[in-house]
Amino acid sequence: MSNFRLRKRARREIHLGDLVFSYFLRALSFGLALLLAVIGFFLFRGAFASISRYGWSFVTESVWDPVQEVFGSAPVLYGTLVSSLIAVLIAAPLSIGIALFLNEVVPPKIGRTIGFLVEMLAAIPSVVYGLWGIFVLAPWLRTRVEPILAQDLGWIPIFSGPYYGVGMLAAGLILSIMIIPTVFSISREIFKTIPTAQREAALALGATRWEMMKISILGSSKSGIGGAIILGLGRALGETMAVTMVIGNRAEISASLLAPGQTMASVIANEYAEATSDIHLSALIEIGFLLFVVTFIINAFARLFILRETKS
Amino acid sequence: MRRLVSVLFGFFSLSIVVIMIAVATEAATLINGAGATFPFPLYSKWFAEFHKVDAEVEINYQSIGSGGGIRQFTEHTIDFGATDIPMTQEQLSKAHTPILHIPTVVGAVVLTYNLPGVPSGLKLSADVISELFLGKIKTWSDARIVQMNPGVKLPNEPVTIIRRSDGSGTTAIFTDYLTKVSPDWKTRVGTGTAVNWPVGLGGKGNEGVAGLIQQTPGSLGYTELVFAKINHLSYVAIKNQAGEFIEPNLNSVTLAASSAIKSMPKDYRTSITNPSLKGAYPISAFTYLLVHESMPKEKGEKIIKFLQWALGAGQQYAQKLYYSPLPPEMISKVNHTIEAIHLVPDQHE
Repeated sequence: MSNFRLRKRARREIHLGDLVFSYFLRALSFGLALLLAVIGFFLFRGAFASISRYGWSFVTESVWDPVQEVFGSAPVLYGTLVSSLIAVLIAAPLSIGIALFLNEVVPPKIGRTIGFLVEMLAAIPSVVYGLWGIFVLAPWLRTRVEPILAQDLGWIPIFSGPYYGVGMLAAGLILSIMIIPTVFSISREIFKTIPTAQREAALALGATRWEMMKISILGSSKSGIGGAIILGLGRALGETMAVTMVIGNRAEISASLLAPGQTMASVIANEYAEATSDIHLSALIEIGFLLFVVTFIINAFARLFILRETKS
Repeated sequence: MRRLVSVLFGFFSLSIVVIMIAVATEAATLINGAGATFPFPLYSKWFAEFHKVDAEVEINYQSIGSGGGIRQFTEHTIDFGATDIPMTQEQLSKAHTPILHIPTVVGAVVLTYNLPGVPSGLKLSADVISELFLGKIKTWSDARIVQMNPGVKLPNEPVTIIRRSDGSGTTAIFTDYLTKVSPDWKTRVGTGTAVNWPVGLGGKGNEGVAGLIQQTPGSLGYTELVFAKINHLSYVAIKNQAGEFIEPNLNSVTLAASSAIKSMPKDYRTSITNPSLKGAYPISAFTYLLVHESMPKEKGEKIIKFLQWALGAGQQYAQKLYYSPLPPEMISKVNHTIEAIHLVPDQHE
């Protein structure tokens, strides 16, 4: 767009190299969009056998039985959404709090160091999170946390029933740690864009430090924070290995967070290599297609939020 | 500067060509295979040892799972496949060209448990096992389990079933056994690499199941023999058809294979779970290599040589890795099958 305008305004000053480079970049970006469309198309094509055989019942039914060739993905859809939701509920306030603390409270030197450490969380391979989940987190939940939850809060449906350590709660906790770096770094970048004058203005009007943060920082970066959270959610939705190792892998819809569950990404990772019948394979690809659609929508929303933030 | 860069570039490309030529001449025959994860520890040992026998052959094996192996093999992207469960008639007819199943060793699936204070060797019968996995027997202190294990102090705790979450040959072997011994299991669940489990938690891979069992008191699950051994898990002595409680070991597993020899179909596609022979362990299976009945001469000769070596000198490596060797009378049968492989002259395009 800018290139086009530039060309009109000063035609003589345009170099051939600039023009070639601009077309090259344009081709690249269109290529990327095309790639996305092609991925979507191939997933749809692979899933077609399953889509035409099961129709909407694929999404609404809750029995997943490769032997009888009955496939319903409701429990894995539910598992994906609930585990990601738990992750976001825990990670969002925590990461925004860390970002505020490091940006506004501690001296910049310390802030940078701790910020670096938080971002390092993203560099840990997810299988390592999974192993830590099996050998540390799950036993700790089973022996220390869940007995208390079940005993004292067991009357609330989400803490009822038997507990195993592994389950929806463990998966949500692992995911929350994994998405903290994403939410944290984006919110910190957003806080950094807020002019110092805005902070000083609030303080000059007699606001306490907390009121200053509330008015001039959180208030003006609401949609940006929303975008950060949704990007974190997108990451949680697609996470596979760590979740598979701690979620218990039972395709069942249960109100209790202590019960085991199953997610879309983990059912694909679990069954794809050994799927022998064509319809089983196609059903797994359809799960992939659904996951693709869900994450695509969520990421599109995040982009819109951030776009709105940068414009205003 | 520019000249230096071009000189360096020339040098690098030359050296890459030299390396490629060196690699190409060293390994005259590169054979690609893929499939089962269950025999992978043994196979990688075999391929390494066979390279010492015949330095011309380089075998490359991807342990992507039996299902993936069968798919790639029937699409002719690899030279041989490997699977724990024989191919179905439907899969064979889809392959267009005739395929041979070559059994290599026998593997056992063991039931393992985590009951503090209860030593290894808990006794369980087939009907109790199937009811445990169906969720009908819910506690360890169930009267039938207590009756089978006099003198063992069983806790009054719920049984937590642990099973594989990923599709696997191990699951196929175990569910094949349950389908044979329990009509209820047959109608409600059935046999497969991945099934709709009535109860329990899923662990990913043998290591995931072993990990969950170690972390969960009161759990009962199944793994390959080697994983129970190296993780020091307690395992169940299972009541076989002859009425004896049998622990999995090399002898009892090879005996299970022997019991099937009389009724062995020509293509070896058979199940050896729940055997009738005395002393035989009930849950075991052959693992197979898949090869084409006719192969191009150059690669085919090497593959035949490898198969013959695997059934001969190769068998000694099985025991160290807790696989049971094939019974001798079966090895001679399989060798006849290997000899009958057609070799067609190489087509040079």
